[in-house]
Amino acid sequence: MIAQPLPPAIGPEFEARVEVDGSSRAVVVLFWGTSLLWLTVASLAGIISSIKLHSPDFLGGIEWLTFGRIRAVHWDTAIYGFGGLAASGTLLWLQARLCQVRLPYRNLLLVGGVVFNIGILLGVIGILMGQSTGVETLEFPLWAMPLLVVPYVFIVIANFTMYFKKVTKHTYVSQWYLMAVTVWFPILVLSAEACTNLGAVDGVAQAIANWWYGHNVVGLFATPTGIAAAYYLIPKVIGKPIHSYHLSLLGFWSNAIFYNWAGTHHLTGGPLPAWTITLGVVGSLMMFIPVITIGINHHMTMLGSFHLLKTSPTLRFAVMGSMVYTLSSFQGSLEALRSHQEVTHFTHYTIGHVHFGMYGFFAPLMFAMMYYGMPRLMDQEWSSARLIRIHFWCTLVGMLIYVFAMCYAGIRQGLMMNDPAVPFLNIVRFTIPYLGLRTLGGVILLSGTIAFLINFIRIITPHKYTWATPTLLDSERDWRKVVAKEKEQ
Amino acid sequence: MSRTFILALGIFLTIASSITGLVIIPNWQFKALQPIVKLDGTRYPEPYFGEQAKGREIYINQGCIYCHTQQVRMKGYGADIRRGWGTRRSVPRDYLMDRPHQLGTMRTGPDLASIGARQPSAEWHALHLYNPQITSPGSVMPRFEYFFREVYDGEVIPNDAVKIPRGRQASNATHIVPTDRGRAVIAYLKRLNQSYPLPEANQ
Ligand code: HEC
Repeated sequence: MIAQPLPPAIGPEFEARVEVDGSSRAVVVLFWGTSLLWLTVASLAGIISSIKLHSPDFLGGIEWLTFGRIRAVHWDTAIYGFGGLAASGTLLWLQARLCQVRLPYRNLLLVGGVVFNIGILLGVIGILMGQSTGVETLEFPLWAMPLLVVPYVFIVIANFTMYFKKVTKHTYVSQWYLMAVTVWFPILVLSAEACTNLGAVDGVAQAIANWWYGHNVVGLFATPTGIAAAYYLIPKVIGKPIHSYHLSLLGFWSNAIFYNWAGTHHLTGGPLPAWTITLGVVGSLMMFIPVITIGINHHMTMLGSFHLLKTSPTLRFAVMGSMVYTLSSFQGSLEALRSHQEVTHFTHYTIGHVHFGMYGFFAPLMFAMMYYGMPRLMDQEWSSARLIRIHFWCTLVGMLIYVFAMCYAGIRQGLMMNDPAVPFLNIVRFTIPYLGLRTLGGVILLSGTIAFLINFIRIITPHKYTWATPTLLDSERDWRKVVAKEKEQ
Repeated sequence: MSRTFILALGIFLTIASSITGLVIIPNWQFKALQPIVKLDGTRYPEPYFGEQAKGREIYINQGCIYCHTQQVRMKGYGADIRRGWGTRRSVPRDYLMDRPHQLGTMRTGPDLASIGARQPSAEWHALHLYNPQITSPGSVMPRFEYFFREVYDGEVIPNDAVKIPRGRQASNATHIVPTDRGRAVIAYLKRLNQSYPLPEANQ
């Protein structure tokens, strides 16, 4: 958005785009704004859980804050609250823009957004009160689930309506992914709930259904949305087309086919028929194909434009996301190997990997989407370059500290656990400094989120004064000066 | 329209095939599994009744699963058996009564598939749950003190009270008495036992 000359402020194309953005403003801002609130809640819950793991007496003896509950709240608010809302806002905004149609059913979607938020809030209260279902990633009590599922159905309908009314002849790569998310996510949630909490399958098959879901909710919901964002933003900001259409096609279908099967590697060594796990390992290894093709496509498109990383907030977050996508996917595929799982399976390593993907790849791409989209939706620029810089560096540094601490500690923990001569409590003691380092990483990540939240609140409040050009990372723009100016006037 | 249709159909098929292959077919394969009749005429595994069932609910709502697994890996893969967490690997039949499953994926604490065999002492469990530092100094397991009533110096000591070892008393409490919930969790832990040598576990 920075390198290109500003789009001509007149002309039918520009006006059409302004109209499309205007139609989606309220809905998208609601989804993105509340997603950031949930990210803050998730981070706080994460930090509390993290502290409890090295200092178990922290808030100890309080039943509703016990580790096993606050830990579930952390992940569920992160994946549904932040992930669900940020991804759905992205989906609606991108689809409206790419189809060049006004967002349909706006009131329904607004109500849906509010209901979705209430659903998460009630789910969280349910877990804290001890009503967790006990199925990982599907902990929300069953009675809260309709509040999440029904609004999502509205989103699916809106998505298809836009797609069938689209003005553009072309279907963009991002749109394949968005389409996939809207088909996959409802099927995933409904069939996983049916197989686990509603008891359609029993015993060990339930565990497979659980991890089919747990892995796919990241792979078939968060990942495709992140990839769609990268496919949209990188070419858009640097003003070059995507490197190769054919690679996009290969990347999309291989991702769709192989990711689906990868989940059972979470149960390697467990009491399942060996062939189910072999399928999971094969699926995970085949993931090299989409990861490499998508990686080539994103990174080759960037080639020659790296200097723009100095100035464009959108691009910096998007490129961080797409680079970590490649790295964390490589890590994930290798992790599925039986010899690797023998060591790292039941350790903090897995937690490190999840955060690498979610906070190194998915979250930065959602942030990039917001950095790009919000000025267009609100017709105002970001009010502080410094807060953007703080947000970026906190995200990068906090994430790296977190991932390093967990992955390193996890490998050592696993090796010690596989040596029966090491007493268990020695392993516990060994991990404590790294768990402390993880808390530090978490606090840094939260600080970044708060910086972003301040900037976000600022951009959704109307001002008399704003800038005519985008806020660049290396500028010294500061909202306090704006406030001073407003007071003067 | 036709292109969109192919796209949507393809997307649908990818997910439909994976849930069929990974969940529905294995479930169908397990349908024939029944509890085994042991030599003494009892069955393994037995359904969870009464206190055990209630204890299992508490295990779930306290989130013990985020730190404990209930699955023993085979000999030669990891050190589960050599650590004494079980005598054989876990097999699907062990989980016939488990709804929802509690296999777990994290071992911040030890595996509990056979904790009932490894640690049959109710007193130990009571002290450990009340405050893990009493039995396992340096543990990071949370205190579950709300499963117990404390008995203070000078009070009448009930029959089912457990004495807190001297030197480990953090307050004036000298004994603890498990509440209904405390008894239920301990009953559940004592029942967790995969020692019975199922034939398929040796294959
Ligand atoms: C924060 C992680 C954590 C949570 C949550 C947790 N534990 Fe633990 N648990 C541990 C650790 C670490 C150990 C090993 C040290 C010790 O004995 O305390 C342990 C040990 C145990 C042991 C002894 C195992 C052995 O081999 O001696 C039992 C039994 C146990 N936990 C039961 C439970 C139950 C029941 C719950 C839920 C009500 C629970 N734990 C929740 C971390 C946890």
